[in-house]
Amino acid sequence: MAFGREALRGMGITIRRFYSTYRHGLNLQPSAAGDLPAPAEARNTKVPAGMPTRVGGLATVQYPEQKLPVPERFRYIPFLVYDEEPDHERADFDGVRCTACGICAKVCPPQCIWIVQGKGEDGKARPVSSEFYIDASICMSCGFCAEYCPFDAIKMDHDYEFSSYERHESWVFDLQELLHPVAYHAALHPSDYAREAAEERAKAEARAAKEAAKAAKAAAAAGGEAG
Amino acid sequence: MTIQTDVETAVLPAERAARAATRFGEKVRVDDEGAWVVEAASLPEVARALRDDFALDYLINLTCVDWPDRFETVYHMASIQGGPPLCLKVAADKAKPIVPSLTGVFAGADFQEREVYDMFGVRFAGHPNLRRILMWEGFAGYPLRKDWREAYYEDDNKPLKSRWPEGDFFFGEDKIADWDDNIKYPSGYQAEGVESSRADDNIVVLDADELHRAPSGSERLIVNMGPQHPSTHGVFQMRLTLDGETVVDLQPVMGYMHRNHEKIGERNLWLGNMPFTDRLDYLAQLGNEWGYALTVEKLMGLEVPERAEYIRVILAELNRIQSHFWSITFLLNDIGAFFTPMMYAIEERELILDLFEMATGSRLMCNYMRFGGLAYDLPEEFLTMAQTLVDDRLERAIDEMDAYLSGNEIVLERMQGVGVLPPDMAINFSTSGPVLRASGVPYDVRRAEPYGVYDRFDWDVVTRPEGDVFARYMVRVGEMRQSLRILKQALRDLPGGEIMGGKKAWQIRVPAGQAYGRVENPRGELGFYCVSDGKANPYRYHVKSPCFVNLTALAEMTKGHKVADTVAILGSIDIVLGEVDR
Repeated sequence: MAFGREALRGMGITIRRFYSTYRHGLNLQPSAAGDLPAPAEARNTKVPAGMPTRVGGLATVQYPEQKLPVPERFRYIPFLVYDEEPDHERADFDGVRCTACGICAKVCPPQCIWIVQGKGEDGKARPVSSEFYIDASICMSCGFCAEYCPFDAIKMDHDYEFSSYERHESWVFDLQELLHPVAYHAALHPSDYAREAAEERAKAEARAAKEAAKAAKAAAAAGGEAG
Repeated sequence: MTIQTDVETAVLPAERAARAATRFGEKVRVDDEGAWVVEAASLPEVARALRDDFALDYLINLTCVDWPDRFETVYHMASIQGGPPLCLKVAADKAKPIVPSLTGVFAGADFQEREVYDMFGVRFAGHPNLRRILMWEGFAGYPLRKDWREAYYEDDNKPLKSRWPEGDFFFGEDKIADWDDNIKYPSGYQAEGVESSRADDNIVVLDADELHRAPSGSERLIVNMGPQHPSTHGVFQMRLTLDGETVVDLQPVMGYMHRNHEKIGERNLWLGNMPFTDRLDYLAQLGNEWGYALTVEKLMGLEVPERAEYIRVILAELNRIQSHFWSITFLLNDIGAFFTPMMYAIEERELILDLFEMATGSRLMCNYMRFGGLAYDLPEEFLTMAQTLVDDRLERAIDEMDAYLSGNEIVLERMQGVGVLPPDMAINFSTSGPVLRASGVPYDVRRAEPYGVYDRFDWDVVTRPEGDVFARYMVRVGEMRQSLRILKQALRDLPGGEIMGGKKAWQIRVPAGQAYGRVENPRGELGFYCVSDGKANPYRYHVKSPCFVNLTALAEMTKGHKVADTVAILGSIDIVLGEVDR
């Protein structure tokens, strides 16, 4: 007798939840089918503030047509950043921020980063990498390279769709495949980019102030001599 | 059995040392780090005396270090009433390492000694069943010895020289032409019919085949459950000896997912181990990270800023809730409530994982803690969302689950009185976490040896007296409520300020020494034993896995029950194979 009651109760719960998906779907929680941003937009959308405390409705996302937005800190496989402004301080190196210092290659726990230091015509090492490989099949997406890079040259990507029909060559990314413009980084990591820009500005101001002081000193010295 | 929770009643370390000097005399020498170096022959006697007369009745860790001139087995013993553990060390000869077994004193030494035998080749005289445990029988070599080289071996330590500045990419397979150098099989090795009788020096090494066969002429039957079986939560095998349908004996077979985590850890930089710890118990990633960070902070003498400590508590307790959601519903899954409760639990768990992703960048492989603090501060939205979850949603979800499931007659029928583990046995088998507390022993590392800021919160250690599967289930439900209590206080008191003590650096200097750090993970006491020789990589990195040690008691719990009950009992231990096999 008691057994039957439990079974009915169980079915009652299921039925209630079943109907509530429609109720939520129609009223409270808009269904995923209309409201989530399309893939291209999703990339630039932050996670909607205020996580629903009652997830309800039709919670299915029509992947890959639709994608859930990922938070800014989401990390997957690193990429390299290059600046596009012609007057950038790294303009000599095509704007590529990486100086081939090798910290990312050393800190990488699975050792999936390979860097060949660039050399000038005289055979001297230049602060740029001539080759840069990341074996994405080994990469554990820990984010250490991006975290410890002193030049903000390597960042973690948000793109997680890397499947391929082959498990070796197509997973080893070379320099050209890894390079992305700074605008791409700025779109993925707005607050990180804002921090970088602020640091850059502060550095530029300090440099300008120093030069101004130097110029003033030189002018004063010249004035003193003339006087 | 009465157990006092008062930490003061445990024998204090200073007093212990003084009493030991008079008691043991020559047999024990205290080294400069406070560890006791015990003469090999008198180890069982000393351990027994410590257990009976010094209240060190709980063996929490057993491992080994391969020094250039000797093997050193390391034991950590604590009092079940709380307080820091005492470290015992025994030196063994490099060429022929033999140490007396502690299985006669602590049943919990069984699997851990087998692991040391498997990984280092140290033999334990008097061990009843000294066989390999993680590697297969017939495997040649000892993977944690310093001279061991794995497949694709390139260098003893990272960073590898081939990566920079001449890092022209190559595939490991192409580089290593002759596999013979990397994979060694013993001469005459055949996959079928492993040769036995390596017995010498009165050490019994059992033939693997003997365990496959039931004694001839008996009615007994050997049944292999797993490794591909939905009830084993992963690739794990139980070899049951049955009399009719009653379990007479059970042998767990594990190591299918063994990846020599500890050796990888010894090749890595100190920092490089942090993301690897996530991959141990992947349902308790932040607890693992905390345990490792805690141990290295102990070695380095680092202070962690208060804000970072609170954030660690918040994340670890959220972690405990999501892990328990998973484990209690998986247990119900095992006993027949197929997937429906689980789907409801996953719904809640996903919300917690969303928080992790927001704060750390990844749902499971968080890699968020650093030595002396955290990688970065919490994002702005985190606290409001965590607050809504904690104040409103999770409590209701737990209550709902409790109301619908805990009183269900099928649940009660399948769980009550099954797999009973009495408290004295639970302690002797070195079990920890919900398994130990469900046997009525109020032992929780957060109380026994508080770490972080756990001493500031008001919460209770959940226990149940029954010691059966249902008690373990109820302890987990209770612990989720206690975690919510802690979370409410931590979110309320979260201070501002720095999240990193000292400078953030990828190269750290760890002074030579050794440390054992432990945290209360959802599955029990997770310990890290690290030895530094002052270089850039750990000299020894050992993970004391709670799941692995809890499995020691599995056979004892299952005997006398039916085959179907073993599924429930294994489910109630709640193993994660990433941590069992390491």
